[in-house]
Amino acid sequence: MPRQTPFYSRTAALCESQSWLEWSGFFSANQYELTHTHEYYAIRTAAALLDVSPLYKYHIHGRDAQRLLNRVVTRDVNKCVVGQALYTPWCDNEGKVIDDGTIARLDENLFRLTAADSTLRWLEDNALGLDVKVEDVSDALAALALQGPCSRDILSQITNDPLQNLKYYRLTQTTLASIPVTLSRTGFTGDLGYEIWIEPQHAEKVWDALMEVGERYRLRAAGNLALDMARIEAGLLLVAVDFNSSRKVMFDIQKSTPYELGLGWTVKLDKDRFIGQATLKREMQSGPAWATVGLEIQLPGLEAIHREFGMPLQLPDRAWSSVVPVLAGGRQIGKATSGTWSPILKKYIALARVKPSHAKPGTRVWMEVTVEAHRKYAEAVVVKTPFFEPERKRA
Amino acid sequence: MTNTYDAIVIGGGHNGLTTAAYLAKAGRKVLVLERRHLVGGAAVSEQIYPGFTYTVCSYVVSLLRPEVIRDLQLAKHGLHILPLDSAFVPMHDDYFAYWSDPASTREEIRRHAARDADAYSEFNNLMYLIGYAVKPILGMLPPDLTKPTLDDARHLLDLRQHLVGLGEKNFYALYKLMTASVADFVDEWFETDVLKALVSINGIIGTMLGPRSPGTAYVLLHHYMGELDGAFTAWGFQKGGTGGVSNAIASAARSFGAEIRCNAPVSQVIVKGEQAVGVALENGEEIYARTIVSGLDPKLTFLKMLDPKILPTDLVDSIRKFKFRGSSGKVNLALDGLPKFTSMPDPRLLQGMIEICPSMDYVERAYDDAKYGDFSRRPYCDVLIPSMLDPGMAPPGQHVMSVFVQYAPYHLNGGWNPTQREAFGDSVVNAISEFAPNLKDLILHRQVLSPWDLEQEFGLTEGNIFQGELTLDQLFFLRPAPGYARYRTPIRNYYQCGSGTHPGGGITAGPGRLAALEILKDGKQKLYTDFTDKHGWFWIEARWRGSREASGLQGPPTPIEDFESV
Repeated sequence: MPRQTPFYSRTAALCESQSWLEWSGFFSANQYELTHTHEYYAIRTAAALLDVSPLYKYHIHGRDAQRLLNRVVTRDVNKCVVGQALYTPWCDNEGKVIDDGTIARLDENLFRLTAADSTLRWLEDNALGLDVKVEDVSDALAALALQGPCSRDILSQITNDPLQNLKYYRLTQTTLASIPVTLSRTGFTGDLGYEIWIEPQHAEKVWDALMEVGERYRLRAAGNLALDMARIEAGLLLVAVDFNSSRKVMFDIQKSTPYELGLGWTVKLDKDRFIGQATLKREMQSGPAWATVGLEIQLPGLEAIHREFGMPLQLPDRAWSSVVPVLAGGRQIGKATSGTWSPILKKYIALARVKPSHAKPGTRVWMEVTVEAHRKYAEAVVVKTPFFEPERKRA
Repeated sequence: MTNTYDAIVIGGGHNGLTTAAYLAKAGRKVLVLERRHLVGGAAVSEQIYPGFTYTVCSYVVSLLRPEVIRDLQLAKHGLHILPLDSAFVPMHDDYFAYWSDPASTREEIRRHAARDADAYSEFNNLMYLIGYAVKPILGMLPPDLTKPTLDDARHLLDLRQHLVGLGEKNFYALYKLMTASVADFVDEWFETDVLKALVSINGIIGTMLGPRSPGTAYVLLHHYMGELDGAFTAWGFQKGGTGGVSNAIASAARSFGAEIRCNAPVSQVIVKGEQAVGVALENGEEIYARTIVSGLDPKLTFLKMLDPKILPTDLVDSIRKFKFRGSSGKVNLALDGLPKFTSMPDPRLLQGMIEICPSMDYVERAYDDAKYGDFSRRPYCDVLIPSMLDPGMAPPGQHVMSVFVQYAPYHLNGGWNPTQREAFGDSVVNAISEFAPNLKDLILHRQVLSPWDLEQEFGLTEGNIFQGELTLDQLFFLRPAPGYARYRTPIRNYYQCGSGTHPGGGITAGPGRLAALEILKDGKQKLYTDFTDKHGWFWIEARWRGSREASGLQGPPTPIEDFESV
């Protein structure tokens, strides 16, 4: 049976829907009310509190901590200063993405890596001969994400440190309601937001303090459904949904390189040797086989399709993650991996992997939709991601 | 009264029944002759103690070929396989639990060693991939390397293609599986001793080898080639015991018109001028048929059913050297309630397998006893409580327990006798009681089967549950002997269809099906035979095409099609 996170007493009390997901062995709320609408709007208009404790967390410490991480991930960890965090994928020897996560430099020789999947063995196996210790602190750290335009104001109520100076992808040691925490300006919503790393015994106190002061800002707990809409708007890929871990799947057709996932910007080919470098160098020269793009499904076309069946336009009421074909000129040129109606953008958006020939913004493609089990193709336009990027995210 | 049939199958084990069903489906008049009072061979369910149904010998199903299920419509005839999705290994101060859902299993492995949790999913992927690559062999006619035909070349090429598809890294892993000991193989993957012990168990079942003996890694792979409802490597339990599988195949055979006679032991095959023409029963009755098929093991098929003098010396020699050396026994218990395993964290684990293998050393020591001719004082036990899955097998609130035990060597010091058998039974009950102290108080009835009993009662030479060990030196084109792996014998019209032929033991129905396809091919192809010998591959090719059209079978794909569909 899944375990309970350190916040379970609080999340369970709020979870009217009784809709839970198993996330890395823990119960994780899908939605608190029977609809996730309020939770989604909280992320974009007020603030939302998400229990992200099930993330795998590792402390990497020792003289060679930086060397180990630099050997494993594609970003240049040498450039990460104390108090900074990096988003990065990491690859296998064939350059296929295993997972992605963030690296936070807590001290000169101490890093914290978060990951969607258990990564201990991979880190340890690559640490052979290095003066470094990898410690699984997944259970030793509870984690919250406080996301949304009001998140900074809420935090300011219970901390003495000025948060204006905490820039995007930076972190600081501070106290919240007198409890020591690590606060990083990171998140999975593409909005202004923070992640809070707490020792489990203080977890409930921090939750309660945030909820108490958050009341005035309409803070509410949010679950996976609301988060999923937000992360698609932010153009953030989800492992096991938009791509697969190369360690989890068995066939090449199921694997992807960072370039294919639109994560080329995270691959620093000129840095010291890292896993997958040789293949990625070759791919850089020959060009990747796929490009990851955003799609905006054109509403007039979709509406016309529905009209054929005597129906008004129907839009998805939640994010979907079933893989659907994307065509151009009658031939399949890719697949959409997740999509959602974006209430904030008033657009129907999807993340897709297409042939590079069709990746240019403005390209017209067709995405498969079904109306009462009739297979149809809705016109869509290729766009750059993120779909939604408010200034406050970095400001 | 004279009876004549198109085909007589000697032995109503699940493979014999399968052959009978396929032949009957193709329109042959078929008779199955079974020595015992019920069909099933080693896949039988019996009420030895009133009210309690034992799955007497075999107890789980996974390798049953999906094409047989389809062709014979076994679901319609009573095949009803329940998922067996957990495994519990009691230890003295701890336990290991394998759960039906991957998340719980992952967390459980993490509890023992976080690294192993990472390794486990990769290990499973590897075994899946290799199983996927190697599995087609199960449905494929073994090539005859002594006289390779074009078909053989094609099959080998296809197989090569499949293996190449594995990729370099996995191919080397396959090579290790073919050569290493299962202990060495799992050592490369895991740290947790109990997890290693649990995984390695599949490498020793039915084999007179210990986990540290080279060659056992392959036996592990053999167990990873099963599938259930499209899920690879899943194991299940037939409702009512494995006799239900045999009954389903028998029912299918009857529905196609086959006749099945129990209590009809065959004493010999009647041979006239190098050609089998019928069988003589122990009661003196003689029954004639154009084709005789033996579902018995190779030793009985060649050396008992026939007069060895009429067989080529090298074949007789190969069969005499074929390794049987049974290594396992079976204990069935009727229980007045449920055993309580001291370290079991969740009673739901009683629905799955319970494995008495607390450490690798425990299993290897069990083998050490057997190596020198004793049964294991503290044996490995594969325990299942079938009544937890099918309550109909015991009166309400009471239970049956099936215990597969290793090691119980056929060649026991001083030989097997009732005293030794019961002493062996005691050691089994003691081994389980170490972890479930209340077991002894619950036992209403106990059935102990030593390898000697398996030989006497079920006709398994030396008590080998696979009709001959499943080691690489006795598989594929070497099973049971070079030149005779394709179900034929030197005696015309006399065929083999038991687990002693490819693809081997376990409830696969593979040998039964492949044998039937060969028999049908011969039946239609005799006219061509002389031509092919003289005129080479062109005629062989024609023969192959002809056989596909002529066999008249809608369902069974030829081995080549089978290959592509996997």
